[in-house]
Amino acid sequence: MLVSTKWLKEYVNTQDLPPAELGEKITRAGIEVDAVIDRSEGLANLVVGYVTDCVKHPEADKLSICQVDVGGGEIDQIICGAPNIAQGQSVIVARPGAKLPGGMKIKKAKLRGEVSNGMICSLQELGIETKLVPKSYAEGIYVLPEKAEPGTDVLSYLDLDDTVLELGLTPNRADAMSMLGVAYEVGAILGEEVSLPEIEYTEAADSAESMLSLEVDAPEANPLYVAKVVRNVKVKESPLWLQQRLMAAGVRPHNNVVDVTNYILMEYGQPLHAFDYDSLGSGNITVRQAKEGEKITTLDDTERTLSAHQLVITNGTDPVALAGVMGGANSEVSDETTTVVIESAYFASDSIRRTSKDHNLRSDASSRYEKGVDPNRVIPAAERAAQLLAELADGEVLAGSLVFDQLDKQERIVKVSPDFINSRLGMKIRLEDMLDILSRLKFNTEAVNNQLIIEVPTRRQDIQIEEDVVEEIARLYGYDEIPATLPRTDATPGGLSPYQAKRRIARHFLEGAGLLQATTYSLTSEVAATQFALEPTETTRLLMPMSEERSILRQSLLPHLLESLSYNTARRIDSAALYETGSVFLKGQDELLDEQEHLAIVMTGLWIDHSWQGEKTAVDFFVAKGIVEGLAEKLGLELSFERGEMDGLHPGRTAFILLDGKRIGVIGALHPSEQKQRDLKETIVVELNLATLLTRETEALVYTQVSRYPTISRDVALVLSNIVEAQTIEGVIRKAGGKLLKDVRVFDLYEGDRMEQGKKSLAFSLRYFDPEKTLTDDEVNAAHEKIIQALTESGAELR
Amino acid sequence: MEARLQELKNEALAKIQAAQTVKELTDVRVAYLGKKGPITDVLKGMGKLPAEERPKMGALVNVVRAEVTESLDARMVLLEEQAINEKLQSETIDISLPGRPAKTGNPHPLTRVVEEIEDLFLSMGYEIAEGPEVEKDYYNFEALNLPKGHPARDMQDSFYITEDILLRTHTSPVQARTMEAKGGEPIKIICPGKVYRRDNDDATHSHQFTQIEGLVVGEDIRMSDLKGTLSIFAKKMFGEDREIRLRPSFFPFTEPSVEMDISCFKCGGSGCNVCKKTGWIEILGAGMVHPNVLEMAGYDSKRLTGFAFGMGPERIAMLKYGIEDIRHFYTNDVRFLTQFQRTEL
Ligand SMILES: [Zn+2]
Repeated sequence: MLVSTKWLKEYVNTQDLPPAELGEKITRAGIEVDAVIDRSEGLANLVVGYVTDCVKHPEADKLSICQVDVGGGEIDQIICGAPNIAQGQSVIVARPGAKLPGGMKIKKAKLRGEVSNGMICSLQELGIETKLVPKSYAEGIYVLPEKAEPGTDVLSYLDLDDTVLELGLTPNRADAMSMLGVAYEVGAILGEEVSLPEIEYTEAADSAESMLSLEVDAPEANPLYVAKVVRNVKVKESPLWLQQRLMAAGVRPHNNVVDVTNYILMEYGQPLHAFDYDSLGSGNITVRQAKEGEKITTLDDTERTLSAHQLVITNGTDPVALAGVMGGANSEVSDETTTVVIESAYFASDSIRRTSKDHNLRSDASSRYEKGVDPNRVIPAAERAAQLLAELADGEVLAGSLVFDQLDKQERIVKVSPDFINSRLGMKIRLEDMLDILSRLKFNTEAVNNQLIIEVPTRRQDIQIEEDVVEEIARLYGYDEIPATLPRTDATPGGLSPYQAKRRIARHFLEGAGLLQATTYSLTSEVAATQFALEPTETTRLLMPMSEERSILRQSLLPHLLESLSYNTARRIDSAALYETGSVFLKGQDELLDEQEHLAIVMTGLWIDHSWQGEKTAVDFFVAKGIVEGLAEKLGLELSFERGEMDGLHPGRTAFILLDGKRIGVIGALHPSEQKQRDLKETIVVELNLATLLTRETEALVYTQVSRYPTISRDVALVLSNIVEAQTIEGVIRKAGGKLLKDVRVFDLYEGDRMEQGKKSLAFSLRYFDPEKTLTDDEVNAAHEKIIQALTESGAELR
Repeated sequence: MEARLQELKNEALAKIQAAQTVKELTDVRVAYLGKKGPITDVLKGMGKLPAEERPKMGALVNVVRAEVTESLDARMVLLEEQAINEKLQSETIDISLPGRPAKTGNPHPLTRVVEEIEDLFLSMGYEIAEGPEVEKDYYNFEALNLPKGHPARDMQDSFYITEDILLRTHTSPVQARTMEAKGGEPIKIICPGKVYRRDNDDATHSHQFTQIEGLVVGEDIRMSDLKGTLSIFAKKMFGEDREIRLRPSFFPFTEPSVEMDISCFKCGGSGCNVCKKTGWIEILGAGMVHPNVLEMAGYDSKRLTGFAFGMGPERIAMLKYGIEDIRHFYTNDVRFLTQFQRTEL
């Protein structure tokens, strides 16, 4: 909502506050002023000029040489390039020394040999947006609608000595979508009265009923309809003040009839529509629900097919307007129009919202109806329109109106006690102060038995319950006056749940291990949605995605995380290790999705880069596996790994991660072709169902006494077929080791040239220990011998 | 014999002084004091002396031995020290070379902000509540006093999956779910999480972003309690000398509703580019829980009241760290992420 402060003063005394200060007061009271726009910004020394003579420039087709009376008896020659310049026009002249927006300064100049003492201006040159400039002047200079005294200062003559407040309205404050509504708000803030427009006009002898009949067949959607008939109108340009007010309000002037309806829309917040009476052709207006498939061409020259729940205005047979949204092209007011039907109506907000949404068509009218208009302004707005058409279009207003009225216009009563208000706010506002605020709001209030009985004006549809009154009192009393206290509730322990605490432990572990936390989008493409998914399900698609790239909910974190990796390597960050925790979205039994919190890790490039001491290690499977194992240990869980395959991963370097034999994750090297496609070098990925890890209860931690007795080590080196896995051999060792075997660790792997084809050498370090005593060599030898035997039996060859 | 001893002594003392290394000195010790050394020889030769001269000679040998030993030991200390010094000298390293980097990762800046806020409210006895990101229309809108067709629904253009299921547009449904689950009992929670709105991604908009909301419900919870709580939050997050101001606003789920501004932490209130010359920065929205919301969750709104607040960690991180583009949070540029390593305390 754009509010001209100059126009606003017509309804309320703004106490000569500078606009910025007024804006600040409005903001602090609850309606945010987004911008304070000085309409005269950058403008100086502009005067009204009168073109006394205008001839074509002999040297240039498109230029005219004008003699312009600029006041004070001076006639200046000005060269003008506008196609619509003509003798006898009052125009805006920027004389040498004048300033225009953008820092342009006007100087005396010569154009193709002819002297030009300044410039004749278009409205755009004065900083007005093209879309607001009347169509007839959009391509040229602006011609003042009435002859004006040459030399007059343009700023005040055009009402450009004005500041506009741009209000950012929240949906509850539909009342401030009008100048009068803003005037009431400002009046309440400043403690000033609001003066309403005085409506007076002379009625013709003939009655409106003699020319028009009205029928409303949809009283629910249209409980109030008023039509007035104005005869003998002269459709023409509106007077300057009206054009300027509309432009200040962000509305483009058209002709006096249309401008009057728009003016009242801005003034009262009540949408009006003007029909060309003769085009109706029936002398009848019928409001009804549309017929399914019925068609109408609206004012924006679009043919629209209607549905039965949409409300239309008809001439008794055919639709002439989409009620409350937009008029029909068939009944539009044109220059030839002589008789006008003015519609002022109350349409139910649901109906308008639905229709406006169906047709993806929002207008100044529909946006007001959607939020609800003031039932008590429908009739005055129609009268105001009649008055202005009489004044500005020389119209003859027929006596009376056609009215269909089933609308409840009663004020709502809200009862609230001063104690309630104070207890909600934590304040001690005196009753007098509350009454003062309510009276400034023009809410009729009676204080009876410690109860405020408030009659809420119908313009304030947002005030419905006690709490709404609390807010009105608080905002006008001032939130700065509220003290700062803390809740007096019983102290609560608060704290993280075990799940949340463990999630933080996991995160801190991963960061300590050298991973950077990343965040990616949940919405992805069809292709990426299930790639790397541990348990892919049917995908979940948005009804109306904004793009294919963001249309499906992800089932794995890896695709986006890998994209982040590629993003970095494309910027020559060759080494990166990222992790992310977040939800994946699977189809479940419930109507909601099965959301599972996952953890994913991606790493590429160097893991250790300390080359001056000769340490330089690329990421590999085992770096990632070590992190997963470390995480499990931190969480008190035992994971196992089994060789596996997954699309996109290297078939020889992939393992599933198991918890209690159940697959909960995958770890692997990216498949070389996948790497190539993503423009990545050797890349390792992990994805785990984190929720499973975190929901698992862990055992209580009990200390084991540190033994006084030493452990004794024995090594064993084996030659094996290279398909035998270390964990198989470890299993053999542990099984045969008995209770003295404390620990088994791989300490060497050799698969080089010195080995027979298809063989590898694997060496283990075994540690023996007895918590009760120092082991003797004989005891250790006996245990070790058993292991060697078992290994030999299993096909391993001692080295 | 006496002369021979004197001669040996002088010889030994000279060699001791001449020895330059521990090894040379050890050789001198072996040569003169060892079992096969000349002084031992002198002792062995004492058998040939008359018995009365033997004690005198024995004493003399001991004196010579003691003198040589003393000199040797003194020289040894010196040479050993010299040897250590030489060794240390040779072991000197270039301490200016870089250290072996310790592995360090760090949280995402949004996590950092969220955790800081969480910790503050945890210390005030709040719990953290979480809920699904794919939500029912009921919890996302209806239970929050936003029935179908409510004009305020336009404020939050949503991603629907079916007519009744959508990606949550705020974390408020977690509040609604918590209230419903608590069955009328008092509540003190904060709800962090991801939310989604139909916005084109640009420098200031993101179709996915994070929110953190708070809810307190109890007997006699007042607007002043909200103000006090937010004031503590503002000081903790943005500095002790921050002031707050509340401005009336509108949210369908609270009444009265306010927006909270803090005095600009960059200019202190005199006006700068961060606060757009106003001296104030808008941080969050808040209000007293709307009675309809309480009633819908089964609370007696006459007996229990509450306040709620909500903010965007992206906005807070952008303000706090001066980040100019919201998309940085989601591209995961390592050069961006690694900047949030160090503490600010
Ligand atoms: Zn500032």
